[in-house]
Amino acid sequence: MKNVQKQKRANKSLPFFFRDEFKVCLVIILTSVALLITTFTFDIVPPILNRGIQPATFPKALLILIIVMSLLIYYLAIKNPWKVEKKLPKSFYLTILSFFIFVVISKSLDFFLAISALSIFVSYYWGEKRIFYLLLVGIIFPVLVFIFFETILGLRFPPGIITNIYYS
Amino acid sequence: MENLLLMMAPLFSSKLMLVLFFGTLFGLILGVLPGLGPTTGGALILPFTMTLDPLSAIVLLTSIYCAGTYGGAITAVLINTPGTPAAAATCLDGYPLAQKGEAGRALGMATVSSTVGGIFSVIILVFFAPILAQLAYEFGQPEYFALAIFGLTMLASIGEGSPIKNLIAGAFGILISTVGKDFMTSIDRFTFGINELTEGIGFIPVVVGLFAMSEMLTQSTLINQIFNRITLKAIKLPSKDDYKNTWKTILRSSGIGSFIGVLPAEGGTVASLIGYSEAKRFSKKPEQFGKGSIEGIAGAEAANNAATGGAMVPTLALGIPGSATTAVILTGLIIHGVRPGPDLFREQPDFLYGIFGAMLIANVLFFIFGFFGAKIFARITLVPNKILWPMIFAVSVCGTYSLNQSIIDVWIMLFFGILGFFMRRYGFSVVPVIIGLILGELVEGTLRQSLVIFDGNWLMFFTRPIALTFFILSLIALAFPLIRSKKFKK
Repeated sequence: MKNVQKQKRANKSLPFFFRDEFKVCLVIILTSVALLITTFTFDIVPPILNRGIQPATFPKALLILIIVMSLLIYYLAIKNPWKVEKKLPKSFYLTILSFFIFVVISKSLDFFLAISALSIFVSYYWGEKRIFYLLLVGIIFPVLVFIFFETILGLRFPPGIITNIYYS
Repeated sequence: MENLLLMMAPLFSSKLMLVLFFGTLFGLILGVLPGLGPTTGGALILPFTMTLDPLSAIVLLTSIYCAGTYGGAITAVLINTPGTPAAAATCLDGYPLAQKGEAGRALGMATVSSTVGGIFSVIILVFFAPILAQLAYEFGQPEYFALAIFGLTMLASIGEGSPIKNLIAGAFGILISTVGKDFMTSIDRFTFGINELTEGIGFIPVVVGLFAMSEMLTQSTLINQIFNRITLKAIKLPSKDDYKNTWKTILRSSGIGSFIGVLPAEGGTVASLIGYSEAKRFSKKPEQFGKGSIEGIAGAEAANNAATGGAMVPTLALGIPGSATTAVILTGLIIHGVRPGPDLFREQPDFLYGIFGAMLIANVLFFIFGFFGAKIFARITLVPNKILWPMIFAVSVCGTYSLNQSIIDVWIMLFFGILGFFMRRYGFSVVPVIIGLILGELVEGTLRQSLVIFDGNWLMFFTRPIALTFFILSLIALAFPLIRSKKFKK
């Protein structure tokens, strides 16, 4: 409890544009405004086909509600600031990076290869250095999952350099 | 009598018993592992249920739900980390008692009170679900709209987080449900020219992303964290004195948990917190709470397991999820072509009572597994995250891909994983997003159809007594967190 109060005090001493509540509310509001603008591009239904309200009306109302509530949480945070969150460690950014690597490999090379690559990458950076365990999470387990989905669920995985060899 | 026989049906089916056995075991493992739990586990296993008939599929999901909710207590007692959010209150007294060398006693009480709470709630489910379903015959579109709004406003009071943040997350969930072709006019909304989005955003990618992937990112920030594990010798059944001191607490918390569970969107987490605080309020020794009170464990555990049966009441009778896990079960019902609601009670009583019976058996099974196997389940927490999470990633990706065989679904899952991580980091619960996504179509659909009925006159909503009642309840639900925080400050 004392720690939370300390973190809150630390947050209060920051300029307003560096505070988490400002950054979070700004992101929500900007995203909502961008989506709100998008709703104006939705097709308008002619009155004869329109039942009740236009398709854009409901999302518009929701987005306005989100903007209003975001302003409200920012207003409340002025009185009662959020606690300062700890800096994210390197392992977090590497895990995020592995997600992007997964997307790139699964799109350009192979879906199965992407799973293997991510599993080995994450396991290694999270501290696993033993070859057997890296092979277990990166090859043995994904192969078992692949076979299970392929044979029991009858799933066909997207084509790729390894998957094509299997299917041919 | 006939219904009782229908409830016993799973006992005479070797296939259903096998499904129950596996579901309970799997649920316990999920419950024990911090960061997983019945919601994520249910979402991960949903694609696998496609190979099962509808009853087996839902029995599997409900047994995971019951056992997973209990499993969280094992980790709460032994490593002071709730295996599931619903076990958070169990840590408060379970771990201090375990530190005193009474881990077996703490887990024994958790097991007994969870079982009693679970069985109590199934009885509530058997009696109240048909009554609620009967009432639902009186519901038209306006009433369903008002009910869905009530369900959404209840999001304000879930957990300990900010009510406004919960409401923002709920509104965001509804917004996700609007992506794709508008169901009334077939006009594209938020598709940004991506063909795959015209069908909308699926439930599974969002759930797996928000729960499993965001947890993977959370675990990536905790890789150097060391847990102080307490060794468990054996579970001990509560002594006569323990029973004498806690039976009232167990019954009270079972009632509280069942009631909280019935309320739309609320679930085991809220139930256990209220069950715990009420146990403290009624206790003769409130000063012992937080220091290893056996009543505290009983109060929290009976309530969170009682919420399982309670949460199934609105799910089956109205199609409104009572909690995040029942939202997954609801999706399972829809995927298997079962439409929850009053007609289900009239047309498929064997299916429904089969589920009720399976839940009852699952509660007995997790008692047996928990009592004899807690020591083994406790060892599961020793699996290092650096091995466990890459494996969960492989299953998540394949499971998400398998439902529609769409790679876009996998990317959506990863996007929601990153979003979910930041939501949790800044105090936004991810549960309201799931509830909002499930209720979104119902809210918009019933609103628009009601406006057609009312010829565009909004005020007509307030002329219908049932709808008006739900609107008043919604206002109370919105005011409740405010009243609670003022009371708390005093």
